Amino acid sequence: MQKSVFFGTIAAAGLLAGMASAATLEDVKARGTLNCGVATGVPGFAFTDASGEWDGFDVAVCRAVAAAVLGDGKKVNFVPTTGKTRFTALASGEVDMLARNTTWTYSRDVDLKFTFVGVNYYDGQGFMVRKDLGVTSAKELDGATVCIQTGTTTELNLADYFRINGMSYEPVPIETNAEAQQKYLANACDVYTTDASGLAATRATFETPADHIILPEIISKEPLGPLVRQGDDQWADIVRWTFNALVIAEELGVTSANVVEMSKAPTNNPEINRMLGTEGEYGAMMGLDKEWAVKAIAAGGNYGEIFERNIGEKTPIGLARGLNAQWTQGGLLYAPPFR
Amino acid sequence: MAATTDPHSSESFRLGMLLYDTRYRSVTIQIIALVLFMLALGWLVSNTISNLEALGKTFGFGFLWTPAGYDINQQLIEYQNTDSNARAAMLGILNTLLIAVMGCVTATLLGVVAGVLRLSNNWVVARLMTIYVEGFRNVPVLIWILIFAAAINESLPAPNAFRGDDAESSMVLGSMAFTNRGFYVPEPLFSRSLGTLDIGGYFGISLDLVLFVAALAAGIWGAKRLGAQATRKQAATGERPHTFWPSVGLIVIPPVVVLVALGFHLGYPELRGFNFRGGIHMRDSLIALWLALSLYTGAFIAEIVRAGILAVSRGQTEAASALGMRPSWTMRLIILPQAMRIIIPPLISNYLNLTKNSSLAIAVGYMDATGTLGGITLNQTGREMECLLLLMAFYLIVSLTISVFMNIYNERMKLKER
Amino acid sequence: MSDTQSNTIRFVAQTQIPPAPPPASETGPVKWMRENLFSSIPNAILSVISVAIIVYAVVSIAPWFIHSVWVADSLAQCREIDTGACFAVINERFNQFIFGFYPSDAYWRPILAFLLLIVAAAPVLASHLPRRLLAFTAAYPMLCYFLIFGGSIWGPLLVMASFPLAFYVFRFVNDHGGPLGGLLAAAVALIVWLMFIVDPLSGLIADLIPIGLPRVETRLVGGFLLTLIIGIVGIAGSFPIGILLALGRQSGLFIVKTICVGFIEFIRGVPLITLLFVASTLLNYFLPPGTNFDLLVRVLILVVLFASAYMAEVIRGGLAALPKGQYEAADALGLDYWMATRLIIMPQALKISIPGIVNTFIGLFKDTTLVSVIAMFDPLGVIAPIRADQNWNGIVWELYGFVALFFFICCFGMSRYSQYLERKLKTDHR
Repeated sequence: MQKSVFFGTIAAAGLLAGMASAATLEDVKARGTLNCGVATGVPGFAFTDASGEWDGFDVAVCRAVAAAVLGDGKKVNFVPTTGKTRFTALASGEVDMLARNTTWTYSRDVDLKFTFVGVNYYDGQGFMVRKDLGVTSAKELDGATVCIQTGTTTELNLADYFRINGMSYEPVPIETNAEAQQKYLANACDVYTTDASGLAATRATFETPADHIILPEIISKEPLGPLVRQGDDQWADIVRWTFNALVIAEELGVTSANVVEMSKAPTNNPEINRMLGTEGEYGAMMGLDKEWAVKAIAAGGNYGEIFERNIGEKTPIGLARGLNAQWTQGGLLYAPPFR
Repeated sequence: MAATTDPHSSESFRLGMLLYDTRYRSVTIQIIALVLFMLALGWLVSNTISNLEALGKTFGFGFLWTPAGYDINQQLIEYQNTDSNARAAMLGILNTLLIAVMGCVTATLLGVVAGVLRLSNNWVVARLMTIYVEGFRNVPVLIWILIFAAAINESLPAPNAFRGDDAESSMVLGSMAFTNRGFYVPEPLFSRSLGTLDIGGYFGISLDLVLFVAALAAGIWGAKRLGAQATRKQAATGERPHTFWPSVGLIVIPPVVVLVALGFHLGYPELRGFNFRGGIHMRDSLIALWLALSLYTGAFIAEIVRAGILAVSRGQTEAASALGMRPSWTMRLIILPQAMRIIIPPLISNYLNLTKNSSLAIAVGYMDATGTLGGITLNQTGREMECLLLLMAFYLIVSLTISVFMNIYNERMKLKER
Repeated sequence: MSDTQSNTIRFVAQTQIPPAPPPASETGPVKWMRENLFSSIPNAILSVISVAIIVYAVVSIAPWFIHSVWVADSLAQCREIDTGACFAVINERFNQFIFGFYPSDAYWRPILAFLLLIVAAAPVLASHLPRRLLAFTAAYPMLCYFLIFGGSIWGPLLVMASFPLAFYVFRFVNDHGGPLGGLLAAAVALIVWLMFIVDPLSGLIADLIPIGLPRVETRLVGGFLLTLIIGIVGIAGSFPIGILLALGRQSGLFIVKTICVGFIEFIRGVPLITLLFVASTLLNYFLPPGTNFDLLVRVLILVVLFASAYMAEVIRGGLAALPKGQYEAADALGLDYWMATRLIIMPQALKISIPGIVNTFIGLFKDTTLVSVIAMFDPLGVIAPIRADQNWNGIVWELYGFVALFFFICCFGMSRYSQYLERKLKTDHR
């Protein structure tokens, strides 16, 4: 790849004909790695550990897809993207999919020509302030200076919220989470606003998290999910059903610990059998092998396991399942049946 | 065609002549160049079209008239988040022009002072200016911008440090507050304001400002007339009447009268709620950008000024004193006009650089044209191609305008030689 | 006689009087200060103010340096140890500032590439070295690419082989069919070789004789290494394009001239940051569907285009400064355009423009910091994650100061070199 890129450059013509929009599956298989766009660094969701390995809640989706398609969750080339570069990276084919706290909206789906394959985290926009300000509600924020990340839906929600409530504010636009965090800590803004999950994650990294509170108001719906380019339905199906498999696995009690065991012989639950390939030829329908779901689940566990490991209540980020519980538990996770 | 008018038309025309005959070669080369250029351009355009098609995207500027939806902190003209993207872009453009003009003025002042002082006999001052010039010239301007922004954010007090009876910080002269969110200074207010003049619903121009500027201009014009009259009288009678105080009066009195008539007073900033209210709020991003751009460009201008003065040969000064001119006259009539001819062209290209460098505003969140049109609008609408085209067109127009002025100036200042 | 003398003259000095020291006000530091610091009242005021500024700066900065901490794990720990600067952060992240995220077991590769760069640049910068070294300079880019990014050695070797290939094709056809055919054949051979033969052939040889280094992703390259790569590729790539553009702008061919002027003025009229946005978001649209250059390559393309417009203006200055007699003399000798340009005009014009070229390089070197805006990890880009790290939250001056100092040393050194060249070249001409 690197070599062709280089020769293409010096030949200044780059006649490497290919197809970016169609047959992403073939491209990925031929390349041997999945190019996955992630955030540059949101604790718990996408971050690099000390040895430079990517990890996190969003990253796990990439790994599951890579495992389903290539059989190995490690065969992912992570491309860090900012709020500004993420859509062009996906549209131009630089990445095959985007698993980065991206809100599913009408215009992104329809106008920007992307396909959202599901929702892996139901979120909402919140506000964080320092405790000594004595603010207890977002309605008291009239005249405050607010740090926002530009290029995100939070920017538009914020404008709408203050306009509707007849309040004024001073926006401070910022490119990355890191800069926003540093500005907020320097007290150059009173409020930091982004998705509530992001606020919790950011607060967890502060020296004294207890000095900061997240206000109770959630001012928007932020269904965050992985997305792919529009026009390649096969690829969209693969990503969608890989994610659904993780959710169904939790619902049916399939975990990374027992998935290999279960896939050896048919169980008495036909849905598990269909998903794990012990019954029917479901993988072949979308161009994958029989074992795809087994590999996807084995790579990082089911949805519940991924959640608990990266952002759950036992982690420093400490998010409760809330809306992201299974529908049987009163949450919104409701994967279509596997049949 | 050329072959028939050629005196040697009797010779038969061979294809090789297109290349080896100097009469045709230039035409051949140009046509080949044109065809290659067109092919390259066509190749790029067709690639773009097929890429856009593959993505199902369209090309159009309709998004400019849809609501922008985001807020901008520094507004030189009225703006709400329900206004169109075009208006948001206009706001950004005005912010760019504001920082460019502010930067050019202070950079020139700094540059002239530093350039002249660097030539002074005073050893300490000359060395100090050398440190300034070399220090700022040799470090990227983006680093300076970030350093100044960090300096303001990290080392100045936050507004709530001004709160309470025994506050940690207090306002300077009781009217100016220097906080890490920017500087708050008193603003001019008019109790009998004339209101604003609306132009096409797009711009509002304050009539108070117009009146003030008009009064000032009238005063200066009057003073100039007075000066010209005095010169005529001097030419006729040999005696120059004293005009200093009358001209000062002419310049100062009309604006003052206007200010009094309009009920001029200052509005002071006051700490209310989270922030200071009232007064003029110069945001931290504006200040950081302004300081960094002025100091950086000022260092370059200092070098230009120094080189310009040094380029006027000593013989000129000596000749002037041989003619019996006073040193101040020598400077004003002999050295400066010649130095200016050398200084102005590079000075203007430095203004151009400053304007282009102001696009680094996005690094500190100053909402200039790059921040609105090339930043938030681009992100929210996903129209990279259209936004970047418009952005480049804007900068190109600014720089071409400046170049046109430079060319006119060069033409007028050209030495009329033989 | 002596009598008369002793009678008429009362005193005759027999020995020379030892010279008295000049008055204190006319000598030593006092005189120097009177002349240089206090020659007039305004001057005295200026001196006092300047000294006050210097003293204030030293007094406020010195303790910060004196009480600096070099080894600590976090800012909090720094503060516990001492009150001054916390250079421990530079100490801890030094490798990141130099190499970005380049794998640490392969640091020897960029270091070797840098040392070889000095060898490769020597014959260009110092004219008295043997000309044969220039062959190494020509081979250097491929070598450097191989060292830094790794992979199989055969690709870069085969690309290097294209120079002799083109040369021999040119020589061969030149002998049989004239220079124009030679140029054409060489160009065709070059294109065919680079586009259709090198890639499969290198793959073939690599399968048979696998020699190579582990591949390093371009995303991992950062820090000052990235600055150097962008700066040097920019200036080296812009040099030939700049010469062509300058010649085009000076030529009498209307269409060629218009194209060149249009290109130069367009690039010079827009800020570099917009061109970098084009690299990061638009460039892929302009290329055939399916091509996907990596971000570093896209940035390099745009930086080369950007620098070549400035380079063209510098070289045009050199061309314009050449006395008209040189052009006329070349014509009078019967040299054609290319021969005149190659043998008479360019050597002189380039020599005049060398200081300008160095200045362009300094500008470009400083401008490389802009890539941090499009999420590349140059030294400035490395700072943002460090400041967000909870261990180092709140650290500012040490980080920016370190990067600023690096750029200052490089740029100041280069500008001194350019001034030296300017002086040297001036004496040659007068």
